[in-house]
Amino acid sequence: MSGFDLVGWLRRYGTSLFLVALIIFFGAENSRFLSIRNVTNILTEVSIYGIIAVGMTFVILTGGVDLAVGSLLAFAGMAGAYVMQTLGIDHSWSWLVAISTATLVGAAVGYLQGKAVTLFSIPPFIVTLGGMTIWRGATLILNDGSPIAGFDANYRWWGTGSILGVPVPVVFFGAVVAAGFVTQRYTRYGRYIYAVGGNPEAARLNGLDVPRIITSVYLMVGALAGLAGFLLSARLGAAEAVGGVGYELRVIASVVIGGASLAGGRGGIGGTIIGALLIGVLTNGLVIMHVSSYWQQIVIGLIIVAAVAFDTYAKSHR
Amino acid sequence: MAKSGSEMAAPPLLDVRNIHKQFPGVKALDGVELQIQRGEVHALLGENGAGKSTLLKILSGAQRADQGEATFDGAALNPAHTPRERQRLGLITIYQEFNLLPFMSIAENLYLGREPMRRGFIDWAAMHDNARTLLASIGLSVDPRREVRHLSVAHQQMVEIGRAVAQQAKLIVMDEPTAALSGREVEILHAVIRDLQARGVSFIYVTHRLDEVKMVCDSFTVLRDGRYVARGEVKGVEIRELINLMVGRDVEFARLPRTVAPGETVLAVKGISRAGDSGGRHAMPLKDLSIEVKAGEILGFAGLVGAGRTELARVIFGADRCDGGVISIHGRDMRPLRSPKEAIRAGFALVPEDRKQQGCFLEQSISQNMTLPSLKRIARWGIFVNEGRERQMVEEYQTVLRIKMANSGVAIGTLSGGNQQKVLLARCMALKPKVLIVDEPTRGIDIGAKAEVHQLLCDMAQSGMALIVISSEMSEVLALSDRIVVFREGCITGVLDARSATEKKLMALMAIPGPAEPLEAAV
Repeated sequence: MSGFDLVGWLRRYGTSLFLVALIIFFGAENSRFLSIRNVTNILTEVSIYGIIAVGMTFVILTGGVDLAVGSLLAFAGMAGAYVMQTLGIDHSWSWLVAISTATLVGAAVGYLQGKAVTLFSIPPFIVTLGGMTIWRGATLILNDGSPIAGFDANYRWWGTGSILGVPVPVVFFGAVVAAGFVTQRYTRYGRYIYAVGGNPEAARLNGLDVPRIITSVYLMVGALAGLAGFLLSARLGAAEAVGGVGYELRVIASVVIGGASLAGGRGGIGGTIIGALLIGVLTNGLVIMHVSSYWQQIVIGLIIVAAVAFDTYAKSHR
Repeated sequence: MAKSGSEMAAPPLLDVRNIHKQFPGVKALDGVELQIQRGEVHALLGENGAGKSTLLKILSGAQRADQGEATFDGAALNPAHTPRERQRLGLITIYQEFNLLPFMSIAENLYLGREPMRRGFIDWAAMHDNARTLLASIGLSVDPRREVRHLSVAHQQMVEIGRAVAQQAKLIVMDEPTAALSGREVEILHAVIRDLQARGVSFIYVTHRLDEVKMVCDSFTVLRDGRYVARGEVKGVEIRELINLMVGRDVEFARLPRTVAPGETVLAVKGISRAGDSGGRHAMPLKDLSIEVKAGEILGFAGLVGAGRTELARVIFGADRCDGGVISIHGRDMRPLRSPKEAIRAGFALVPEDRKQQGCFLEQSISQNMTLPSLKRIARWGIFVNEGRERQMVEEYQTVLRIKMANSGVAIGTLSGGNQQKVLLARCMALKPKVLIVDEPTRGIDIGAKAEVHQLLCDMAQSGMALIVISSEMSEVLALSDRIVVFREGCITGVLDARSATEKKLMALMAIPGPAEPLEAAV
């Protein structure tokens, strides 16, 4: 019989192992790292883009990608705040207007992008590359480039409050992850997503409505980007036109570090969460160790490349 | 005595001994040997899973053997060689899926990485001249500046062979070279092989079609279950004997008895037609095609590749569009179906022609592959997959179809071709269709599994299903069908009763009439 398969084991658990090692390392280097305050901080930070990363996992599973999520987050967040402001900011239900508007705007934009991908067969990379600048521009137009601020306490609670000691964005993240996991593991829809990503032609011949499934994942990631936009504005106390710049890369990196294949059909929510946490821990830990933010970018870039390189290596040595 | 002495004096071009290769859970190769003489065409035979593919990958440098030694052209082969280094030695492998760059010209493909240079720049004139000469030497007169993607499969294969020649190939390994070729194209390929053989090139020829072994090969090696079984001269050996060596037992390819007479007409297709779009995927126009299938009947579709058999089947299944026609199910007329989704709802199921490209989700598990279109029926509230019922379903069909697998959670890509095909059949059976269309039921699967698949198809017909079976193998169509519809160039040229049909009659209806065309035009 063959012995212990180290390469296979590392391929499966390597990222988690690396995450644990990082936590131990940063914890040992600086006692502040593992303080409740800092851990809460990391988790809240991770939650905002983690929510989008759950949706992005499904997009990437179908073999697509969405580069517009960072801009969409800003646009939807701004749209929510704008509608709320127009209706009057002082009602106790103002936040409800903002959160629904942001999510709906996100979903609508996502649907539009999904339709562009399926109806005109434009590669998702191109559609969402366009979307990335379109929605950033739209955000700037919406409020003439200036932020919308001055939210009430009810609104701020969604970003800064907590439920039983757990920050509200983290609770949201948990709920989205749970829903995402159930979808992936236990539903027909989840199976269909893997099928479409694994072999679109075979999926079609098995009676799946491939364009509809593809459109739906863009709608989903759009809605989640909108939700994240609301949460971020509540956390920062302002909807900013520059909110979420570069988030698309962080989100895609989370999914890819989590082991998903950009060709589709392989990956999952579990890996994505590890990937998102890895980026969050690394960013925070390097700040605490006073490593300059310039270097952080280099480190994160190297890790993305290393993770994928190892995966490729492991695959070729089966 | 003198003869054996001279044989001893000529060492083989390739001498492979005692090769072992272990994959997780499987011993793929267990002490395999292979000798190829200079200038011979050597058939490498064995069922799927016998170890042929693994051996080819080790020879090409794509994989490393765990153990064993090999010499090529008088020198030991370094096991650490990359495929590129092997090619430089003149050991060239042509896979079923070609390694051509579709958007580059023929000449660029021929000389990729070895472009003729002049003062540091590519010498295009010389490249095109060389390419033209080279192509002419293998009997192909096409413009070397044409992009490869515009060529037919047969022409692309010729370009692959041309590239091997350009690399001074001493040994060309061909894996199932005729799987996608029509009868005429096969003849041309064989002519080219013989011609190169006369120039001293050796071939390893891997095929499931044993009649081709008799046609073109000099000698053979048989593998079974990863072990070396036998080798010998093709001259004087019977196809039956080869089959016995491959499967280790006798297999008859006989007409299976049917006890139930066909019932009422389930499906009638009337006047399906489609204009051809030149050069596209639907190049062949379909002209007023009408067929009928009864319950409990197997209707065979025969014809050359591209004659309209698969094309009509795909139109019936809603996978491709047509311009006009009517289909009726149980006497109810309707317009042709517009998507496979509609077709499945109407009671159709399809096992597609190309198992890997159109059938399997290779990275996904056996059970996921098997239950995908039936999930709607085993979902709670239409949303959640009922895993208990799914498991039941998989176990049921695993038993009925005798699918060999470790467990239903492993990727379907790890199964042999025969077992993959059984999973796809199970997928269709689970839909409980009224009409089952099976395109190439046994392409690329071993002889043992073939017989099993044939029996399954008969059993399904016996149970009252209406079946359409499409096959390029005439013996298969003859053995399985009740009636045979013959296609030629988008038309139906005849419908035969299978009991009185013969290969000769089929051939007469399939073959394109007219004076024999020059080889060139037919490739």
